[in-house]
Parts: sequence; structure tokens; C-alpha cells
Amino acid sequence: MTTELRPALPATAVRAWRSPWLLFALRRLGRFAISLWVLVTASFLMIHLVPGDPVRAALGMNAPASVVRARRELLGLDDPLPVQYWHYLQGLVHGDLGVSVSSNESVASVIGQRLPATAQLAVLAFLLVLLIAVPLGVTMAVATRGGRRRGGELGFAVSAVVLAAIPEFLLAVALVYLFAVNLHWFPVAGQQGPLSFVLPVVALAVGPAAVLARIVRVEMLAVLGQDFVRTARAKRLRPRRIYLRHALPNAVTATLTLAGLMLTSMVAGTILVENVFAWPGLGAKIVSSILAKDYPMVQGIVLVYGVGVLLVNLVVDVLLGVLDPRSTIREA
Amino acid sequence: MRRLRALLRTPLGVCAVVLLLLVLALAVAAPLVWGAQATAVDTDAIQQGPSGAHLLGTDALGRDLFARTLVATRLSIGLALLAMLIGVTVGTLLGTAPAVLPRRAGRVIVAVVNIAVAFPGLLLALFFAVVFGVGTTGAVLAIGFATAPGFARVAQTLSASVAGRDYVAAARIAGVGRLRVLVRHVLPNIAEPLVVNATIGAGAALLSFAGLSFLGIGVQAPSYDWGRLLGDGLNRIYTNPAAALGPGVAVVVAGLAFNLCGETIAAALGHRTPLRRLLSRTSAPAAPVPAGADDTDPVLRVEGLSVRFPTAVGWAEPVRGVTFTLGAGEAVGVVGESGSGKSLTALAAARLIERPGVVAADRLEFAGRPLLSAPERELRTLLGTSLAMVFQDPTTSFNPTRRIGRQLAEVAQEHQGLGRRGALARAVERLAQVRVPAPAKRAHQYPHEFSGGMRQRAMIGMGLMGTPRLIIADEPTTALDVTVQRQVLRLLDQVRRDTAAAVLLISHDIAVVTQTCDRVLVMYAGRIVEDLPAAELTERARHPYTRALLAVVPDLAADRDRPLGVIAGRPPEPTALPAGCAFAQRCRYATDECRSADPQLTPVGDDHRLACWHPVTDSGADTTDARISVEGSR
Repeated sequence: MTTELRPALPATAVRAWRSPWLLFALRRLGRFAISLWVLVTASFLMIHLVPGDPVRAALGMNAPASVVRARRELLGLDDPLPVQYWHYLQGLVHGDLGVSVSSNESVASVIGQRLPATAQLAVLAFLLVLLIAVPLGVTMAVATRGGRRRGGELGFAVSAVVLAAIPEFLLAVALVYLFAVNLHWFPVAGQQGPLSFVLPVVALAVGPAAVLARIVRVEMLAVLGQDFVRTARAKRLRPRRIYLRHALPNAVTATLTLAGLMLTSMVAGTILVENVFAWPGLGAKIVSSILAKDYPMVQGIVLVYGVGVLLVNLVVDVLLGVLDPRSTIREA
Repeated sequence: MRRLRALLRTPLGVCAVVLLLLVLALAVAAPLVWGAQATAVDTDAIQQGPSGAHLLGTDALGRDLFARTLVATRLSIGLALLAMLIGVTVGTLLGTAPAVLPRRAGRVIVAVVNIAVAFPGLLLALFFAVVFGVGTTGAVLAIGFATAPGFARVAQTLSASVAGRDYVAAARIAGVGRLRVLVRHVLPNIAEPLVVNATIGAGAALLSFAGLSFLGIGVQAPSYDWGRLLGDGLNRIYTNPAAALGPGVAVVVAGLAFNLCGETIAAALGHRTPLRRLLSRTSAPAAPVPAGADDTDPVLRVEGLSVRFPTAVGWAEPVRGVTFTLGAGEAVGVVGESGSGKSLTALAAARLIERPGVVAADRLEFAGRPLLSAPERELRTLLGTSLAMVFQDPTTSFNPTRRIGRQLAEVAQEHQGLGRRGALARAVERLAQVRVPAPAKRAHQYPHEFSGGMRQRAMIGMGLMGTPRLIIADEPTTALDVTVQRQVLRLLDQVRRDTAAAVLLISHDIAVVTQTCDRVLVMYAGRIVEDLPAAELTERARHPYTRALLAVVPDLAADRDRPLGVIAGRPPEPTALPAGCAFAQRCRYATDECRSADPQLTPVGDDHRLACWHPVTDSGADTTDARISVEGSR
């Protein structure tokens, strides 16, 4: 659409401009930037939406008025809103997320210490989800296609629904009870060594894996019914090749979209699971900060989670573009 | 009412409803029955484990945890429903507002909803919990607002689909105000799916609420819900695990009840599949073997081929006892209306019918090898290299995520032991052979970068990767426009001459078949009704159906002011075949004999087979006179 407007450009530039890839990338980056701006603004406004004086709330009713005033001054809460907003944005650019109301620590440094623990948990759990869901979903699709093994299909569906209905923190509690308290296989809480990762990662992964396996199965079944799979069969390829090389990449689009959603909701799931296992991550910190009314800290952590979610979405979108070349063209 | 009935149709649905009713009954009754017990402090029984008196043990004040878990049902369910109500209301408002508001304001709302939807619910809930404050009220509002974007998205999609319907457009054109359109036309039509979503959402809200309370952000002491009990129980998991597991089980069961109800309603409303009644199979009557045709070694020999599929009302048999042979280098066309079984015959001959379809034949041989008795593994290389398929729609028949060159090369890699590079080189060669321009560059492109005709040529090229002895082309030109059709047919013809491969061309276009083929098989309702040389088709066709097909082909002399001819009536359903000749009800020559006895395909001369009790005898007659009840425009 924009191409016709630029006849003066040299041919190579026109070609680059026409490239659906470039348009695609620009579009996605634009979306990311707008979402980021909304997120930053929302996290800025959060402290102002709190009814009453957030500093008074944080310091308690008994704190002397002078201390409250000094703290308000420090946080710049008495400046006009646009000025505060400007300072907030400036701070963000320099990696300054403010100072904790309760401990006077720098929010950025607290996040820096705790982010790795949370990220490790989320990434490991996500890998486990893929490792379980994709092979399971594909196997179930192949095994139950054409109305075969109806019993197996029903069993799979029911157990997937039940597993998906168990929230991660409940599963975490059950796992702690079984494998830590009773069997002593894994530590009850904390992050000490590789073994301590097992229970939190499993607790996070089981539910999403069950949901994703169902989706993979349904998508695979849909793909297996398509013309090009018949073509592959007409080429008499080995079944394994048909399933893995021809069908699976086409089922990946929907799977990946959903897996992205799952990864983002897993980021949130870590909050609950971290609290069960006293995991030294952001999740434990955000809850204690909310309860302590440490608003700058909450603000900073919410921002980090939000950016994480946006980044996951961006990566998923780009991956979709690479894996399914039609999607880039369709949009351009 | 419809929803309820749909829900009660499956055992799973009945379970879900019973479970949900139980949970709701408990929510109402539990505080009345166990309320006193749940708050009774017993200092003699502090922090006890499970026992006969206290099923789940007691808490720090000696209160019975089982009673507390039951009593907590009311608060847990009530808060979840309240949060859901807020979510649905706010969501529906946000979702339908763009339909009523000025365009720009609507766009902003859509954009904000789209961004909010990307964030996980718990994160939004925490955000709102900060804003609304820690506590029960804050948590209800937080979860309500956190679920709103999801509902807004659903309401948006639904109302957009409703807004596109004719009656809404009509109301708008009639000058009905936007708000009125929304309230009178849009909302009632999206109510049902919204309710289904809300049911599932209530389960999710229940879990979220338990999560918030568990974290200490939701319900505050002295009130208690399941999440709160769970959080307190976790601290004592060493001494009394039941204190945590009890409320945990309650949360899961209640959540499942909501989820399952929603899911089963959704499934029941989406597609209703009546129970399949599987009838016992009957073997197809064997058609007589034609004499004379199978002296030489044929490429394809088909005898008494039948294909069956299970349907709601029993087995359908869209191919019923088809017999023919195909000699080396011979081109045979199969014509017939859609549903006549011609494509299924081709797929069955290529061993490409999949479950639940069932193929049976007295004999099905390709290049002298039986296809039905041998396992797939043994036949793979033979079929992969010697039998080429060209499908109807080249757009959907190529894998959209793989490059064309690779898709061709695969054949050589799989069956001829060529390496990646060697196979690709051959693919490029074959693309050149089927006249794809710039084949080396094209091989690296994806199917969507090819034009329709080029794709079909590439498909033929794919068949040439091996050394085809038979090319089965199933309506290869139907999806293409007329000029491209000619190119593809000419290419097929040339390939046949170059490789001496036999061609089985399936088409509903009798003109295409007569131009390209040596012999024509006319199929009707799963049977071959006539088999004769293509050159003699117009002169010697004797089956009334064949003649009707010929009659509806327009030619240059056709009067363009008259509507195009069609054959009156429709072919019988494969599940409801008449006792006699399947064509009898559309045939003007039909007699009682036709309606009671099924004519078999029998030779009526050299190279000519026919299944008809009353063949058209005035063989040289003008087709317009022979046409049978040809009627009105298409």
C-alpha cells in the first residue's frame, strides 16, 4: 500500500520496503512499543490510583507527619502529575525504578537479585511443558485418528481436563506433601541445588502441559485431514516423516500461539508457586510488598512481569512469522 | 432449556450438573448446618490431626476444620460468582461499546482491550488488588476487572459476527439507532455463548480467588474461604497435611464442576453427533470380468472394488463393485457427477483411503502386485516411485510450510537413496521438465508464491521424480481457469508420451476426458455404467446417463439464448440406494424392470461394456433428440 507512494526511491530500497518481512517486523515492533507505553503508564498511575496517601498507608498511622512529608518529597509525590510522569520515564531510561518505602533499598537492585530465580523457574517449566505436551499430543492424535481407540481418547480427555483444573499452587502443596514431607526426596522449600527445582517446576508445568497436549492433538487431527497430508501419503513417505515433517509444522501455528499464552500465564503462576516454596524470586517479593504497601517495589516488579509478558508475545509473533511464511504475507 | 437438555445428553454433562448442584446446595446449606461447629472454640483440641471427631483435624483455636471447609463453600462460591458478574458486566460493556460509540472512541477501547488481554489474569488481579486495597472487597473487584478484558474480547468477536448478519444490517438501514440495534439484536444473540463462557469463567474466578486468599491478599481473618484455609493449612503441612489438602480438594472439585458444565454445554451446542449405528458389513456382489481386456499385463487391475464409510445411519457404500483394467501407456478417463464415486475409486486404487473408510476388492493389483493383501511397508517404494498422484486443488495439496523443491526432492530421498543435494538437483530438473520457469529459483520458493497452474505443473513434476507407470489425476484442472486447464492437460499428455505411463484421469467434464483419453468409464452412484473408447463416445454411447451427460455439454452451435442444460433430478444418496437401477428415477426410458432389478456391466461389443436394461438404440441420433428431460438454467 505504501509502495506506490515512493517511486523516487532507488530500486533496491523499494524492494526492501516492499519486503513483507520488513513490514511485518515494523508492525510487530510498533505493537510492542504501544503496549509497552500503556504498561509503563499503567504502572505509573497505579500509585496514584491508590485511595488516600500511599506513603501514609505504607508508613502506618503512627508515623510522624514530618517523616511522611519527607518521604513524599523523596518520592516526588508533591510535584504536578505530568512532572512526576516525566521524572518516572527519565528514571526508567536510566534503569532507576525508585526506592523501596519500607527498606530504602533500590528497587532495581532487588529486582536484579531476584529476577534470575524466577526466570529459571519459568523457562524450565516451559521447556517441560513442551517436552510433555507436543509428543503426547502428537501420539494421541495419531493413535486416535479415524475414530480409533475411543476409550483411550476419552481417558486422555478426562485426565487432561482434571489435571488442567488443578491450580498450580494446589498441586504444589500436594507435591510438597507427597515428595518432600513424606518421601523426603526433595527439599520442602527454598532454592538449594538442582533438586530443589524439581517440585516447583513440575507444579508449574503439569496444568499447562495438559491443556497444550489437548490442543496439539486437536490441531494435529485437523492438519492430518488436509490435502497436503494426502499428498505426502501419496508420496509414500514413512508415517513418522509424514507426522513430524509435514503435519507437525502446520500444527505448530496454533500450538505456538497457545504456548505463548501459557508462558505468560506461567510467569504469573510462578508468583503462587514461589510463595508455596519460599522461592527467592520476584513472586515472593511482590506479595510481601503488596502486604507491606511498599508501592514503589510493587510498581517495579509489576513492570518487570509486564515487560516479560510483552517480550514473550513479541518472540512468539516473530517465531510464527518464521515458521508459517503465509502469516507474514497475509498481513502485508 | 435447550442448553439444559444439551447438557444432560452426555454422562459427563450429568456428572457436571449433579456436581454443580451439590456445590451450590452446600453453599446455601453448610453455614446453617455446620455454622456453629465451625466457630466453636475448643481449647482442649488445639491443632489436632484428623480423627473420628474431627475429620480434617482442628486449627489453632481448636475449631473443626472439616466444618470450616464446608462452611467456607458459601463465601468461596459467592465471591467467585460476584467477581464473575463484575467481569461479565464490565467485559460486555467494553466489548459492545465500540458498536455504539463514535468510531475513534471505539477504536481506543478495542486497542486497550487487546493490550490488556495479553497480560495474564493473576498479574492484572495483583495490579487491581494494589489499587483497590488488600481485603475481600478489593479482591472481588480485582478479579472482576482482571477477567473483564477476556470477556470484552469474547463479546467483541461475537457481536462483530452478529453485526455482519443480514437482519442487523437491515435494522441499521431501516434507521434503527445503534443502541437499539445493540440491545434488541446483538445482545440477545450473543447471550448464550457469553453465559457458557461465564460458567467456565466462574470456575477460573474461584481458583483465582483461592490463589489471592492463599497469598493473604484476598479474604482476611476472621472471615475465611478455601484459599485462606489452604494458606493456613500449608504452614502446618508437617503436622497435619489434611488441613491443607481438605480445602484444596474442595477448590478443585468446585472449579471442575463449573468448568465441566461450561465445556459440555459448549460442546453440545457446537456439534451434535448422533450415535453411530454400525451395521454389519455385506460383501459387494462381484461384477463380471470383461473378456478380452486383460490379455496383456495391465498396469492396474481392479475387480469388484468397493469403498464403504460408516455414517450416522449405517454404512454408506459410495463405490460398489467397480471393475476395470488399465494397460501400459493407456489413458482412461472416469466421468460422472460429483458423488458418483469416481474420486474415491481413484483413491482406493492408489491405496489412499483412510480409516474409517473400508476398501474391499476381489482383486486390486498394481504392476502385478496385490495392493490389499500386502502390508504398506512392502509397497512403499513401488508405489512411491511408480504411482504418481495429481490432486484437484494444487493450492491445498502442497504443504504450505515447506519449499516446493524440498517437497519434490523428498520422493527421491525417501525411495531412491539420493542425498539432499542430489535430490534437490533432480527436483529442479523435473520442474524444468514441467516447464516451470527459472526452476532453480522456484525450487526455493513456498507454494503460496506459485500461481495455480504452476503449482499443478509442479505437482505433475513431483510425480515424475520416480519413474511413474501410472499417473492418477483426480480432477487436475477443476480448480484452474480455462487457459491454464489446457496447459496442464497438454502437459499430462506429453508426460504420458514421454514416459509411457498410463493415465487415469478423473473428471466431471466429459469434454476434457474425450480430448485426452483413449477410453472413458462413465460412473453413476458408485458403479461403472458404461465403458467405451473415447473416440466413439458421441457416436456409440448407449447408456441414457452417458447420453444425458453428452447432451448437457454446450457446443458452438448451442443456442445461447436458451439456458444451459442440466440433468433433471439428483443422484441417490449412497445410504439410500434403490433396489433396481440407480439411475431409474431420472431416466425417461425406465420401466418396472429397471426399478426392480439392478443391471450388471456386461460386454455389448468390442471395447464396449454397458449396464442398462434399455440401452438407447438410435446410436447415430443427434444428441439433442436423445437428451432426457434436460431442464432449466444453472
